[in-house]
Amino acid sequence: MTLNFEWLLALRFLREGRMQSLLILAGVTGGVAVIIFLTQLINQLQGSIIDRVLSSQAHIVIRPAEESALRLMSDAHIAANIQPRGQRLRSIDQWESIAQLVRNTPGISAVSPVASGPAFARHNLASKSVALVGMIPNDYRQVVKMNKYMIKGEFNLTGDQTIIGKDLANDLGVSQGDRIQILTDSGTQQTLTIVALFDLNNKDLNKRWVFTTLRMSQSLLNIPGGVSNIDLTVDDLFGAKPLAQRLSAQTGLLVESWMETNSGLLNALSNQTVTNNLIRVFIVIIVALGITSVLVVSVVQKQKEIGILRAMGAKRGQVMRIFLWQGAIFGALGSLMGASLSFALLTLFSNVYKAPDGSTLFAAQLDPNLVIMATCVAMIVGVLSALLPARRAARMDPVQAIRS
Amino acid sequence: MNMEHILQLTHVRKSYGIGSIVETEVLHGIDITLKRASFSALTGPSGSGKSTLLNLIGLLEAPSSGELIINGQNTSQLSDQALTQLRGHSLGFIFQFHHLLPAFNALENVMMPSIIDSQHLSKQQAMIRAKALLSAVGLENAFYKKPAELSGGMQQRVAIARALMMRPPLVLADEPTGNLDTHSADDIFKLMRKINQEQDIAFLIVTHDQRLAARCDQTFNLVDGHLQQKTTD
Repeated sequence: MTLNFEWLLALRFLREGRMQSLLILAGVTGGVAVIIFLTQLINQLQGSIIDRVLSSQAHIVIRPAEESALRLMSDAHIAANIQPRGQRLRSIDQWESIAQLVRNTPGISAVSPVASGPAFARHNLASKSVALVGMIPNDYRQVVKMNKYMIKGEFNLTGDQTIIGKDLANDLGVSQGDRIQILTDSGTQQTLTIVALFDLNNKDLNKRWVFTTLRMSQSLLNIPGGVSNIDLTVDDLFGAKPLAQRLSAQTGLLVESWMETNSGLLNALSNQTVTNNLIRVFIVIIVALGITSVLVVSVVQKQKEIGILRAMGAKRGQVMRIFLWQGAIFGALGSLMGASLSFALLTLFSNVYKAPDGSTLFAAQLDPNLVIMATCVAMIVGVLSALLPARRAARMDPVQAIRS
Repeated sequence: MNMEHILQLTHVRKSYGIGSIVETEVLHGIDITLKRASFSALTGPSGSGKSTLLNLIGLLEAPSSGELIINGQNTSQLSDQALTQLRGHSLGFIFQFHHLLPAFNALENVMMPSIIDSQHLSKQQAMIRAKALLSAVGLENAFYKKPAELSGGMQQRVAIARALMMRPPLVLADEPTGNLDTHSADDIFKLMRKINQEQDIAFLIVTHDQRLAARCDQTFNLVDGHLQQKTTD
C-alpha cells in the first residue's frame, strides 16, 4: 500500500477545515517571518555597526605601561596622599622586538607601529590642534583600510609630506599641494606638503588626524626611533579581548582591544540580542498555542469520524499520528511561507531604509542555515503542539465518539 | 471452540458504574450463537440493551463478565491492539446514520478499511475491489461523489460496500434502514440478503421493524437485558 493512511487523513482533514487551516497557517507564517526577519535584520545591522566602528580603529592597541608614583616607605601607619602621575608621551621599550613577537603570534593579521601625539597645524592665521599620526603607510593600510576613504590622492607619503582630513583642510583653507606648518610642544616646527585628503565619515577624525611618515612624527614628538603605540588587526573580531589579555601578560605593556574601548557598544549589542531572543521565544510560544488550540477544536469536530475510523480498525497510534502530521505540516508549510515573506520584507526594508549617505543599511539576504533551522524548529514545535490534541483523539472512546 | 460458528456469546453480562452506589446491569447473562453465513435480527424496545449488546459484539466495549468468541477467537484476553485488528478484519459495520467520511468520495470511503490496514491490498487492488463492491450495490455511477451529493439510500449502500471491503465473515448492522423511507428500506434489506446468500457473509441486524425481522432466519428479542429467541424458519 503506497497510500499512507495517516498522511492522507491529515491532509484531507486540513482541506476540509479550510478556514481554520488557513488561519493557523497564516499565524505560523507570520511568526516564522518575524523571527527570520528580525534575526537577519539584527545580525546584519550589528555586523554593519561593528564594521563601521572598526573601520577607523585598530582591533588591538599596545601602549607603554602607565607610569605610577612609587611610595618610598611602606609603613602602614603613615597616611599618604598619593597624587597620580601625569602621563608623558613615551616610546614603547624595545618596540621592534615586541612588534616581531606580535607578528609571530597566531590570530594576528596585521601589525603597524605608530608614533602619535598632540600638535598644532597652522596655515596663515588659522591654527588647529591636531593628532599627529606617524606611521608606515604599507603597514597602516593593513590596520585601517585607508584606501577606501581617500578623496584626493593616494594613501602614500615620504619625507616631508602629509595627508590630512577634508574638514581640517577646510578649516585651514588648504587643499592638495598646499603646505602647512606643524608645531609640537617640544618646540619643534616643520613645514609639510599635503599630498592627499581623506574622509573617514567622521568629522572629529577628519579634523584631527594628520598623517606623516613614522620618522617625521618621531622627530616632531621628540621620541627619536620610538613609537607611542602598536596597532594590530586580528582574524577573530570577538576573540580580540582574550588575545589582548594574553599579549598584556606576555609583554607587561598596556594592551587594549576594541571590545574594551567600545564596551558601551558591545553592551548595547548584547542587550539587543537578548531582546531579540526574548521576542523569538514568545513568538514560538504563541504559535505553538495557536496550533494546539486549532487542533483541539479540530479533534472535537472530527470526533465522529475518529470513532468511525476506530470502528473500521484504525489503531490508536494511527489516529494520533494523523494529528501529529497536521502539526508537522503547519510547521513545515508555515516556515517555508514565512521564509518567503521575510525575504519580501527584507527586500522592502533594504529599499526603504538607507544610511544617511544613501548606501544600504543591510542587504536582502536569507541565510540558508537560518531558514533550515527555522523550518526544523517550526516542525518540532508543530509536532509538540499537536501532541496534546493527538493524544486526546487517540484516547477517544469509539462508542461515545460515534454517538456524539 | 466451534469453527462452525462465527459468533458465540456465553453468559455475557454488562454493568455500568461498577463499584459505585448506582451500579446498573444492562445485560443479564446473554447467550447467542450465530452460524456462519446466517442472517439474524436483533429486536427489542428502546432501552432494552440492543445497542450495548451490539457494541460488545462489535468489540467497541468489553463485557463485564462472560465469554465472547468471534471467528474462533476468544476476545477476553486480547489487547487493545489485537481487538482493533480483529475488529478490522472480522467485522463490518453498518450504522443507522451511515457515518461516511464527508471529506472523501464514495470510492475512497469504501477503500478506507483497506487504507487503514496498510498490509491488506495494494492501492490498485483496493480500488478494483472497491469499484466492484460499489457496482454490486448499484452505485457504478457514483464512484467520485461525496456523501453529501448522495441520497440517504445511496449513502447506506456505500456504507454496506464499505462494510464488505475487508471480506469480513460477520457484518453488524445497527438500524440500517431506520433512517430510510419504506421503499429504500426494502431495497437495502434485499441487498443485504443477497450479499448474505451470494457471499456467505453472516449478518446481525438490529431493527425496530418487526416486518423486516420476520424475514430473517432467526430473531433474538431483547427485553430488559434478557434474551428471548425465536427462529423463523
